Amino acid sequence: MSAARRYDRRVKRAVHDRGGWPTDAAIDRSEHELADWELLTDALVGALGRHGVMTVDQLRRGIESMPRDEYERASYYERWLYSAETILTEKGVLAPGELDARLAR
Amino acid sequence: MRYRPGQRVRVAARPHEGHHRTPGYVKGKTGRVERVHASFANPETRAYGTDGLPKQPLYLVGFAQHDLWPDAHGHNRDRIYVDIFEHWLEEAE
Repeated sequence: MSAARRYDRRVKRAVHDRGGWPTDAAIDRSEHELADWELLTDALVGALGRHGVMTVDQLRRGIESMPRDEYERASYYERWLYSAETILTEKGVLAPGELDARLAR
Repeated sequence: MRYRPGQRVRVAARPHEGHHRTPGYVKGKTGRVERVHASFANPETRAYGTDGLPKQPLYLVGFAQHDLWPDAHGHNRDRIYVDIFEHWLEEAE
């Protein structure tokens, strides 16, 4: 097997690694108005970063760790929220299930 | 810095389970070093809560559009530029 061929082999790609995925769907180029919770999510993750609680690399890793079907279903900032909860739970800032318990009140 | 501007490099095609910033569509492809940016904390370890040190050299690598997307309809001389860390690059003949 030649070297060129060896390097042509397909490498398994994670769900977020989408550049060049074939699709027949049209690209949605419409602007969309951000909801309040989306603005707050952006501010929250920004504040967590500035205070050294989590990095953008951790945010991305948390997003990439989402189960494939949840990733596909989630919107952009829903992925941020999923990741922030994952990372903060890992660090012990949040107790497991703490957010769900508070939301249920 | 292991590579210099103008040098031909190939992006490693190795699998990598964890977080990394090398897009799948350039893995195994050959391009040219356009610029040496600087060295930065390594996102592959920083993503797991470390400081990401030692810093890793980051390059701007240019690829011929038709090498990455043979079916693309764009101009034949179009190029794609991607930031790639040194440990993802290999010397190309």
